[in-house]
Amino acid sequence: MTSGTDRSNELIAAVSTAAEAGTALCIRGGASKAFYGRSPTGEPLDVAGHRGIVSYEPTELVLTARAGTRLRAIEAELRKADQMMPFEPPHFSGGRATLGGAIATGLSGPARPWTGSARDFVLGIRLINGRGEHLRFGGEVMKNVAGYDIARLATGSLGMLGVLTEISLKVLPRPAATATRTLELPAEQGFAQVEEAYCAGAPVTAAMHDGERLYIRLGGTQGAVDAGLERLGGDHLGDADAFWTGLRDHTLPFFLAAGPPLWRISLPPQTPPPRLPGTRILDWNGQTAWHRTEADAASVFAATAECGGHATLFRGGPRDANVFQPLPHANRRLHEHIKAAFDPGHICNPGRMYEGL
Amino acid sequence: MVQIYRDEDCRFDVERERLIQRLGEVLATDDLLVEHEQLRPYECDGLSGYRVLPKVAVIPHTVDQVHQILAICHDLEVPVVTRGAGTSLSAGSLPHPQGVLLSMARFNRILELDPERRLAKVEPGVRNLAVSEAAAPHGLYYAPDPSSQIACSIGGNVAENAGGVHCLKYGLTVHNVVAATLITIDGETITLGGESLDAPGLDLLAAIHGSEGMLGVITDITVKLLPHPPVRSVLLASFNDVERAGTAVAAIIAAGIIPAGLEMMDGPAIQAAEDFVHAGYPTDAEAILIGEFDGNAGEVADQVEEVSTLLERHGAIEVRVARDDAEKARFWAGRKAAFPAVGRISPDYYCMDGTIPRKHLAHVLQRMRELSGEYGLPVVNVFHAGDGNLHPLVLYDGNVPGEFERTEELGGRILELCVEVGGTVTGEHGVGMEKINQMCVQFPAAEIEQFHALKAAFDPKGLLNPGKAIPTLNRCAEFGAMHVHHGQLPHPEIPRF
Repeated sequence: MTSGTDRSNELIAAVSTAAEAGTALCIRGGASKAFYGRSPTGEPLDVAGHRGIVSYEPTELVLTARAGTRLRAIEAELRKADQMMPFEPPHFSGGRATLGGAIATGLSGPARPWTGSARDFVLGIRLINGRGEHLRFGGEVMKNVAGYDIARLATGSLGMLGVLTEISLKVLPRPAATATRTLELPAEQGFAQVEEAYCAGAPVTAAMHDGERLYIRLGGTQGAVDAGLERLGGDHLGDADAFWTGLRDHTLPFFLAAGPPLWRISLPPQTPPPRLPGTRILDWNGQTAWHRTEADAASVFAATAECGGHATLFRGGPRDANVFQPLPHANRRLHEHIKAAFDPGHICNPGRMYEGL
Repeated sequence: MVQIYRDEDCRFDVERERLIQRLGEVLATDDLLVEHEQLRPYECDGLSGYRVLPKVAVIPHTVDQVHQILAICHDLEVPVVTRGAGTSLSAGSLPHPQGVLLSMARFNRILELDPERRLAKVEPGVRNLAVSEAAAPHGLYYAPDPSSQIACSIGGNVAENAGGVHCLKYGLTVHNVVAATLITIDGETITLGGESLDAPGLDLLAAIHGSEGMLGVITDITVKLLPHPPVRSVLLASFNDVERAGTAVAAIIAAGIIPAGLEMMDGPAIQAAEDFVHAGYPTDAEAILIGEFDGNAGEVADQVEEVSTLLERHGAIEVRVARDDAEKARFWAGRKAAFPAVGRISPDYYCMDGTIPRKHLAHVLQRMRELSGEYGLPVVNVFHAGDGNLHPLVLYDGNVPGEFERTEELGGRILELCVEVGGTVTGEHGVGMEKINQMCVQFPAAEIEQFHALKAAFDPKGLLNPGKAIPTLNRCAEFGAMHVHHGQLPHPEIPRF
């Protein structure tokens, strides 16, 4: 079912030329996540034109698409066969977001704690490394332990290992039934109830707390959802899809309102978020806090580390210092060696993740 | 037979006496094995066709000793092969003739089990099944269940990214481990992953899964635990041809149902299993499917009803739903005993591990039948049908001169067939030493070079498990399968012979 445009040769040529000249490249798909990571530097390398679904067979549960393919196009194709990308990749701005950007950032939506993350569903990639070599890792099968898992290593690597050109994903059936309920409960108590319901077999696929009430989504067979709803009680939420998409894409009022920079704080299970000034909402059954605060980066990193988690300056605020939790020394050194193994000339998205990488 | 270690894998210059003296400074006599007869039990793992004696074997008690052993080996430039329970089916923990065999067997404690947060922190030598056993009183379990789970260790599971029969729904080891501590060969301690649902930086935790002991030594692992599903149902469907069974699997997936497990066995496998455990399998069937469905009561009832209808519509001659726990156990017993059952009907068997896109099943089975005829060696098939992972068992007699070599060659042809249809040479058993040549078929030189570069980022001296998992380009050139692009061999500066 190949469709779209194959621009891989142009991309290889562009990376090879940049490698020879030592020109830094800023890899760009739909630019929907241009706000993410440290300040981009280098010549823009546009991947959005390299697009199209290369193969999709619903009964194999595998979809392969070029990196510039828009998430919307993939979602529309999957929907025809009642399937989905279970990690619910965020789009963030209208329809521009691409598969390449989704995998390069490795971000996952509200279903993540129960269905898995972007990297969990990546089966294979094609990547142009910093030497201009077009390489293929992983494949289109569910189980594959031939060679190191570079496909998953590249997921969330923010382009520091090279230019993603093609991605194969495991996809799954959409649940036959979904329903969302709200419960007037404090966060801690609400999340504990979600965990209890999940352990009793309720097909939980999202749970967030907006400071006032708990929102919980179930998705599965009709019988499973009905049984879960009976157990949970609460109030039915109308237009639930819009709510969860708004949470995924940051179009809820909490995100849109003018105000302090947005931090993403990732936490161990059942761990209260760090005490910081500002406002917050909680997703992932409490394992992610979206926090808007004027607190300086050093104090956010320190307070989060104390809780056993890590923080990301997600949107807004100074982007020239650390936006991701600083790495311990030995880990940082290993990152330098891995960067050199893929991109010795430091031309692929240099400094986007950490300074000097 | 696959050439085991090549000259370039044995480039080390090891002074045995000096090595023993240095190791003796950090290990008690009982923990440092140097005599021939002491080393003999370590000469092979689960793939006993490959045997090599290490220079020495060490069995440390503490993480600090592991640090010191690695520091000594780094300093003296001695290869290190790490071993868990020694159940590898690909000779992944085959010792190196110039090296130290590092057994992690004594790291067998569950350090923490937190039922509230559904996490368990364990040492790498803990057996897979022991985690689920410890979690069971809390209504929890650890999902990956490789068939060797009674014996295999969690450390080995991470090294091989072990699978099992429930992967399609619950994932592989990589999907169920949240954190690990890695010691690098130069003695650094690095925490990979964490208790939160992601970690800053590159996903090194993913990279370590399936890395076959080539990147570092793992000293602890944190796994997530899942609640036991309230209801579990098992059904058995029989078919009078394999292709119909394959089509039925596709129909189940197309209907939006992801079974907890979905296994297929072909006629000879059914017969062997039935003779062995009397599971009540229909021995006149050409194929059976065993399907497991779990979840809450409503969900399971919905699914079993829909799947039964689908199976009948796609030509199942019989569909049986287990009526009680005893019958569920019986349905599974034959599948779980398939390997020993085959062991009863043949002096030896050789287990393959290719994975294919499921749609090519009929073609691949047909080609395997032809190859089986060509080599005069019977092939019996058990198959993780849900995820396309094949386990053909080649029956042979190791006492017949030349038969193991022919078996290996047939095995190689089967793996090449898997690659040809877009699959992989190994789904869950690892490359190890066994499939090292077939890696040259699956990967062009540039990819192989990139693998070596990643390895060098962790282990610049190439001391960890040398000669395994990723072939040298020389090996590939000699194997004759080097991919040639535009009529030019890549890296012409490398000598080939």
